[in-house]
Amino acid sequence: MQGNEAVVEGAIRAGMRFYAGYPITPSTEIAELCAEKLPFVGGKFIQMEDEIASMAAIIGASLAGLKAMTATSGPGFSLMQENIGFAAMAEVPCVVVDVQRMGPSTGMPTSPAQGDVMQSRWGTHGDHSIIVLSPSSVKEAYYVTIQAFNLSEKYRTPVVILMDEVIGHLRETVNLDEYGDIEIIERKIPEDIENYLPYKDIENGVAPLIPFGKGVRYHVTGLVHNEKGLPTNDTKIAERLIKRLVDKIEKNKEDIVMYKEKGEKEGDILFISFGSTSRAVEAAEEELKKEGFKVGIFRPITIWPFPDTRLRKIYPKFRKIFVVEMNRGQLYYEVDRVVKREGEVENINKANGEFFTPCEIVEKVKERIKNGF
Amino acid sequence: MASRLVEEYFRKETLPNIWCPGCSNGIVTMAIVRAIDNLKIGKDKVVVVSGIGCSSRASGYLDFNTLHTTHGRAIAFATGVKFANPELTVIVITGDGDNAAIGGNHFIHAARRNIDITVVMYNNHIYGMTGGQASPTIPRYDKATTAPYGSIDRDFDICKLAIGAGATYVARGTAYHVQQLVKLIEKGISHKGFSFIKAMSICPTYYGRRNKKGSPADMLKWLKDNSIDINKAAKMKPEELEGKIIIGEFVNIEAPEYTEEYQKMVERLKVSVK
Amino acid sequence: MRSLEIRLGGSGGQGLILAGIILAEAAILDGKVSVQSQSYGPEARGGSSKAEVIISDGPIVYPKVLKPDVLLALTSSAYKSYKEDVKETGLIIVDDSVEVEKESKVKTLKFPILRTAQEVVGKAYVANIVSLGVIAELTKIVSEESLEKAVLKRVPAGTEELNRKALEEGFKLGKVEDKWVEQMI
Repeated sequence: MQGNEAVVEGAIRAGMRFYAGYPITPSTEIAELCAEKLPFVGGKFIQMEDEIASMAAIIGASLAGLKAMTATSGPGFSLMQENIGFAAMAEVPCVVVDVQRMGPSTGMPTSPAQGDVMQSRWGTHGDHSIIVLSPSSVKEAYYVTIQAFNLSEKYRTPVVILMDEVIGHLRETVNLDEYGDIEIIERKIPEDIENYLPYKDIENGVAPLIPFGKGVRYHVTGLVHNEKGLPTNDTKIAERLIKRLVDKIEKNKEDIVMYKEKGEKEGDILFISFGSTSRAVEAAEEELKKEGFKVGIFRPITIWPFPDTRLRKIYPKFRKIFVVEMNRGQLYYEVDRVVKREGEVENINKANGEFFTPCEIVEKVKERIKNGF
Repeated sequence: MASRLVEEYFRKETLPNIWCPGCSNGIVTMAIVRAIDNLKIGKDKVVVVSGIGCSSRASGYLDFNTLHTTHGRAIAFATGVKFANPELTVIVITGDGDNAAIGGNHFIHAARRNIDITVVMYNNHIYGMTGGQASPTIPRYDKATTAPYGSIDRDFDICKLAIGAGATYVARGTAYHVQQLVKLIEKGISHKGFSFIKAMSICPTYYGRRNKKGSPADMLKWLKDNSIDINKAAKMKPEELEGKIIIGEFVNIEAPEYTEEYQKMVERLKVSVK
Repeated sequence: MRSLEIRLGGSGGQGLILAGIILAEAAILDGKVSVQSQSYGPEARGGSSKAEVIISDGPIVYPKVLKPDVLLALTSSAYKSYKEDVKETGLIIVDDSVEVEKESKVKTLKFPILRTAQEVVGKAYVANIVSLGVIAELTKIVSEESLEKAVLKRVPAGTEELNRKALEEGFKLGKVEDKWVEQMI
C-alpha cells in the first residue's frame, strides 16, 4: 500500500465521509482515491476550484455533520491558511494533509522536503493552537490519520497530517488487522439541546458540536464571539476565548502527544527527527552503533504541540543532540527552546530535493564530534 | 407584519444592527426573511452563509443555522454545507466586493456546477466595512476612496457573469422594489439549482456622499426612477437603456443539479457493482 | 537477514514504476517484506524515470536503494546515471540498444527487451513486463507464480493474455547459463 493510499484508508476507517480538494503533486493520489472510494461508503467527493475553496468546503461539510478532509502540498497549504485559521477560531473539526515537497514556491514538485514545519504551526494568522502529526511509514500514516480525526473531534480543532513525498509515495506492507479494535471518536450530541452553547468550556475546553439542521440554531463566525457564537468586542470575552483556544491543546498535551524512542537511554548522541527522515536516522544509528557509539533516537509523531516534557526528561543523559530534518532548520528551534544547554543542539540539514542517506548523517555527526564532544 | 417577522426570525439580543442610518441592508435582509416565511421553510432547515462585509453581517442577526465565513469564500463554505446535507436550504448573503472581486472564482464554479444554493448579492458599489473603497461594480467614473478622481475600471455586470457561468436562475431587483425583490428571492430559493439574485442597494454614507447622490430617500428614488422592468426593456433601444438598471428575471431554466447528479452516480455505481 | 535492492531505470512512459510495484507485490505474495519507491520528472512521457524495490526477509528501515544489487537500464541515460551505484557483486541488466562499457567492474548482461516486446509480443508498452520476466528468471528474487499473480492483478482488464505472454518471453530471455549469475544469487 502507498503512503497516500494509507491516508485515505485510515480516513475512511475513521469515518471521513467528505473530501474536497484540488490536484497538486505529490498529494494527488489522495484526491483520486477519495473520488474512487467515497461513493461506495456513502461519502461525498468534490473537486473544488482551488485550495481556498477546498478548505472552506470541508469546514462547511463538517458543520453539516460529516467528518471531512482535504489534502495538498506546500503551495496549496499556503492558500488554505486563512481558512485553517477560521476552523481554529470557529472550532470546526477537520483534517488537512500536507504532503510536503521542496519549496518555497513551485520548488521541485516531485521531490521531498520537510520545509512546512513552521507553516503547519504558524501558517495562519493570530494566536491559536493546532495539532500536527507526522508519520514515518506507510503503516503509521494509516494510524496517524485515524488519530488525526479522533483528536480533531475531541478538541474541535483542525489537525494537520504533515507527510512528505517519500512517505506519500512509498509502498510498504501494511497489515490493517493490527488495528482491528482501534477506537474511533464520534461526535456526541448532548441530550439537553435547549440550553446548548456551542462555545462553552465543558470538556477538554470545548463543547460538543451539534451539526446544522438538528434543531439547534446557532451562529458560527470568525469574529471574536461569546459562548453562543455571537460576535462581540468585549475584551474580556476575547481574552478568555483566545486563551481557551490555546489552552485546550496546550493543557491537554499529554493526551495529544505521540512519540517513539529507540536505541540507548543514555549515551553519546541523541538524534531527533520526524517523518521520512527518521528512517535515514535509524539506519545511521545502526552504523554508528557498530562503530561503538551509544546512540538514542527521539522521534516526535506529534510535532505540534511538541512533546517537550518527554524530551526534557531524556536529553540530559546524552552528550550531544542532533536534529535531523530535510530543511534548513525548523524543528531545530523548538528543540533548542527545550534543551537548556548552550551549544549542544546541532542541526543536520538537507534541502536539495534529495532524501537523506544514512551515510551522510554518519559523516556529518563524525565531522561535528571530531574534536570530542 | 414586520414585527412578527422580527420576533420570529431575528436574534433580538444582536439588535440593533451595525448598519448606518439610511442603509438598505435591512430592507434586503427583510426581503430574504419574507421570502423564507412565504415559503414556510422551517427555520431549522435553513442555513444562511455569508462572507465578509457590511451585508455579510446579516447572518449574525438571523435566527437560522448561520455561518459567517471569510472574505469572498461564503459560496465555497456553502458548497460544503449543501453537498454534505442536501436537505438543507442554503442561502448565501454576500456583497459586491465579497462576491464580485475576491470571491469571483467560487461564484463562477458554483454556477458551473449548478449546485442548489441561492446567492443574494447586496450591491452598493463600494466596500462599506473598510470605509468606501471602489468595488468591481462601481459605475465607471464614480468616485470612491480608492478612486478619488473617478473609477477608470469598467464596471462588472455580475448577472451576465452568472449567466455565462451557467447559473440556472438569475435575477436583479432593488431595495426600492421590495415586493418584487421578495418574489425574486422566493423563486430563487424554490428553484432547483444555482440561483443568483442581485439586489441593488444604497450606501448613503460612503458611495452616496462622495458621489453627491443626496439623501437615502433620494438614492432610493433614484433606484425607482432608473429601474426598468425586463419586459419593458426588451422593447427599448440600447441608447435608451444607457445607465438604466434592468430588473426582473433574466434566466430561469432547468438543468441537472450537482448534489442530485452525485446521488444518481452513486445509485448507478450500486447497480453496476451488483 | 537477506535483503536485495533493485533499481529499474528508463524513460517516463515505459511503465517502470508499475513494474516496481508489481515486483514488490510479488515479493509480498512470496511472504517477504518489500518497499517500493520512485522518482520521476515532471513529464508524463519521456524524461527520466526510476523505480526502486527492496525485498527482505525482515523489517526494512531505510526505504530507498543506495547500492543496488540489481540494476535494470532500458535506456543509455539510465545506464550512465546509475551504473556506478551498483554493488561490485551485483548485476546490471540492459536492453541491447544500450551501449555498455567494455571494462565494467560489474557483471553486465544484455537482452533484447524492447525488441521482444515490440516484435515478439507485439506491443512496445509491455517492455516493463518482459523486463520483470528477465529479472525474475535470472535472480530468482521472486517466484514465477507470485510474479504472474502480481502482474495480472495490476494490468488493465483485457490485456491479461498480452501481459502473460510478455512475462513468458521475459522468462525465456532470462534463461541463460552463467556461472557468475548463479554465484551472485
